[in-house]
Amino acid sequence: MIKGRIHSFQSLGTVDGPGIRFVVFMQGCNLRCGCCHNPDTWDMTQGKEYTAEEILSKVLRFREYFGEKGGITLSGGEPLVQSDFAYEVFRLCHENGINTCLDTSGSILNDSVKKLLTVTDRVLLDIKYADDESYHKYVGCSLEKPLEFLSYLNEQSVPVTLRQVIIPTLNDTAKNIFFLNKLSKKYSCIDKTELLPFRKICQVKYDEMKIDFPFRDIPVPIKGKMDELNKLIN
Amino acid sequence: MEHKNWNGFKGETWKNEINVRDFIQSNYKEYTGDESFLAGATDRTKLMMKNVQGLFALERQFGGVLEIDTATVSSLTSYSPGYIDKDNEIIVGLQTNRPLKRGVCPFGGIRMARQACDAYGYKLSDKIEEEFRYRTTHNDGVFRAYTDEMRKARKCHVITGLPDAYGRGRIIGDYRRVALYGVDKLIEEKKKDKAALSDGIFDTVQTRLDEELHKQITFLGYLKEMAQMYGFDISKPAENAREAIQWTYFAYLGAIKEQNGAAMSLGRVSTFFDIYIERDIENGVLTEEAAQELMDDFVIKLRVARHLRTPEYNELFGGDPMWITEAVGGMGEDGRTLVSKTSFRMLNTLYTLGSSPEPNLTILWSTALPEAFKRFCAKVSADTDSIQYENDDVMRPIYGDDYAIACCVSAMKLGKQMQFFGARCNLAKLLLIAINGGYDTTSGMHIGPQMDVMDVDKLDFDAVMERYDIYIKWLSRLYVNTMNIIHYMHDKYCYEKTQMALHDTEVERLMAFGIAGLSVVADSLSAIKFADVHPVKDSKGYIVDFNTVGEFPTYGNDDDRVDLIAKDMTHRVITELRKTPAYRNAVHTLSVLTITSNVMYGKNTGATPDGRKASAPFAPGANPMHNREKNGALASLNSVAKISYDDCRDGVSNTFSITPEALGKTDEERVTNLVTILDGYFSKKAHHINVNVLNRETLMDAYENPEKYPNLTIRVSGYAVNFNKLSREQQREVISRTFHEAI
Repeated sequence: MIKGRIHSFQSLGTVDGPGIRFVVFMQGCNLRCGCCHNPDTWDMTQGKEYTAEEILSKVLRFREYFGEKGGITLSGGEPLVQSDFAYEVFRLCHENGINTCLDTSGSILNDSVKKLLTVTDRVLLDIKYADDESYHKYVGCSLEKPLEFLSYLNEQSVPVTLRQVIIPTLNDTAKNIFFLNKLSKKYSCIDKTELLPFRKICQVKYDEMKIDFPFRDIPVPIKGKMDELNKLIN
Repeated sequence: MEHKNWNGFKGETWKNEINVRDFIQSNYKEYTGDESFLAGATDRTKLMMKNVQGLFALERQFGGVLEIDTATVSSLTSYSPGYIDKDNEIIVGLQTNRPLKRGVCPFGGIRMARQACDAYGYKLSDKIEEEFRYRTTHNDGVFRAYTDEMRKARKCHVITGLPDAYGRGRIIGDYRRVALYGVDKLIEEKKKDKAALSDGIFDTVQTRLDEELHKQITFLGYLKEMAQMYGFDISKPAENAREAIQWTYFAYLGAIKEQNGAAMSLGRVSTFFDIYIERDIENGVLTEEAAQELMDDFVIKLRVARHLRTPEYNELFGGDPMWITEAVGGMGEDGRTLVSKTSFRMLNTLYTLGSSPEPNLTILWSTALPEAFKRFCAKVSADTDSIQYENDDVMRPIYGDDYAIACCVSAMKLGKQMQFFGARCNLAKLLLIAINGGYDTTSGMHIGPQMDVMDVDKLDFDAVMERYDIYIKWLSRLYVNTMNIIHYMHDKYCYEKTQMALHDTEVERLMAFGIAGLSVVADSLSAIKFADVHPVKDSKGYIVDFNTVGEFPTYGNDDDRVDLIAKDMTHRVITELRKTPAYRNAVHTLSVLTITSNVMYGKNTGATPDGRKASAPFAPGANPMHNREKNGALASLNSVAKISYDDCRDGVSNTFSITPEALGKTDEERVTNLVTILDGYFSKKAHHINVNVLNRETLMDAYENPEKYPNLTIRVSGYAVNFNKLSREQQREVISRTFHEAI
């Protein structure tokens, strides 16, 4: 039986997908984003092993809270790193009528991932920057990867929420928002764009792990900045 | 009986017997719309509230008590009429002759009255002191009868907060009866009941009832006199909405003039008032604005209600709450909702008058409630942190659809059931006493069955449980017996004449026991079962600490391994309590509720095997211990929902604090999510939840700068408090609690 490595659970997720969601933070990530707020989920050897059935039985304990829109969200870490396991979890959830949502960087697209997308009701796709250079510098892959992923989602008509963490000095510009607008115009699968403010409460995690937080000196968005940028989204 | 003031009211049954429920069912209009019809505060209301805020500020400056009348024993007619602003008041009546002036009710215990006067720089008058030299109070009676063991249990705080020195409260008169029938009809019915006794045998039970009926009839007479002093004749039914509210308020006012009870709850008046309000609106004699104004003025009266209590009492309960609990909403047995427009008007007072801990507005939540009402409640919660929720779907099958809540979470059928209040025992402390073989390390007292201190390197779960059971048995019997004495004496020396006159003569009695420290015990037993707990002894050989090695599941994470220990504990305790018969054939009930005294309970309890340090606070009510919840808010709610209401018929209290960000991104989403959470929680048969939507930073700022937050209201155990009225220690405890935050 296939097992997955899990970092932790959040039973009340209200910011990662529609409605109230049971969020599973999966262990392991293929990227090393400078703004990452979960460095403790990087190492694939950490976390605790669970079977897909165990995850399902946990999720089912919260189904009364899901209302019309809620369900499960797989986040991380990068759930695509464990796509076979993620498929099993979502397949079981679908069997039980639970809405499934995938929070991902979209940096992996293979047959296993494609299979996972057949049981995914929504993808929260994190487009981190609008240019390839920043992607290489602060993420560790090319911009092509998520765009290729997005194109596939569009082909398959998987609803997408486009997300971006607004990081002052790196992507807090109108130009950046126009890029996101361009994407949502091009891909009809995108029905929503969400901007998230860069936050630094993860500093403690970096300190505990005794590693450097690459963006430690970058400030959080100033008051009003998010509103200003949100107004530019169409 | 027919009366012209009932014109336009439908139904027959309620006209031929005292039956307020039938009146409501025959006449109320359910309302399934939203809040858009509501009116705001009138200029009159704003001015009145400004006056009242001024009085509150003055009261704070005077150290919490504005004035005490030390020479008058408070009763229904012992004060001349009092007003806030006579010419502008719509609903009248104060406990004494001036707003916020406190009266003395010495029948519960003269010592408490004396201490309270002393504490605020007053002296109980010689006249009252002299008079009570020749009177027996409830407190005197109890201490004549207490056994040595009861005194010890009280002294070492294994049973604590008992109503043995003050009024027991927790009784709700059906105050609506006065408005619907007028006092004369109520007297007539009571006289019939009294006359009917003459055929029976005058044993102790019958003689007691006979005398009680005499007292009830006398006090209904006083109630009429009291209203007369304010210029109202309440002998006949109320004619319109204003009179219905005024009559009902007079009945409540009579009760709080007579009794300084621990919790003096209001009942379930909103939809009852609605029938009168809607009749007046239909007849064109009342506007929406005027209807809101009536409710506002009524609620202002409830907000200025005060009882004289000692600073120790205030410290324990965070200010001087009266638990003027009003149950709002719920569903009817026929499937119609009991939500009316006046349910909205009642909640609207939190906007027209500002947020406030009193009255203690309690939503009877059902998943079947109209969506618009659910959303309005959620909005009020997010805006004011002033309301609580209790599960109508678990209570209605037991109490029908005309029950109300006394104090925080105690359900009872209005006018048909009353409660003998019994505070709570400290289960965590009892566990330590059991392990130490009948020795309490915090007080240094030997108590309970005497046996050896558990002499092992590592505590064994089965051995501990076997030992614990012996002590639970012992304490349960002692607890019931203690309560029997207390309530015998209260009935004898401090009987609630006004309130019981507003009950059926044949009343069902509940005896409410309580436990504190449930989450500490659950986690401690979990530690013993799943980790290695090594006792640490002091020089005298008593266990005073524990060295706990390894991991163990903690309550609050939806983990059955420990949650079922908590559930099982409540079952064990109520099962044991039921084995000792209760006074007046009362039905034993149990609550998991600590009010704010979780700080005090913790203070009196040594270190526990879960890693909690000696003297550290407990979690409130049935809450998981602070910051042991690792899987988010809903997992925590699921753990609490497992405690069975069948075992805990007196309520299971849960306080839930969440930051606005964690509840959703927009106001709209927050409302939707809160509604969904409440539906989910209650569909799991949970009983109660307090909801606070606020940031820890706000509380920390209020802690440092109280003057910036004069009206900051937060929900604690089963009621709300003004944050500034909490002791510094309680404030710190509230701040240290788990706030569910966005990640």
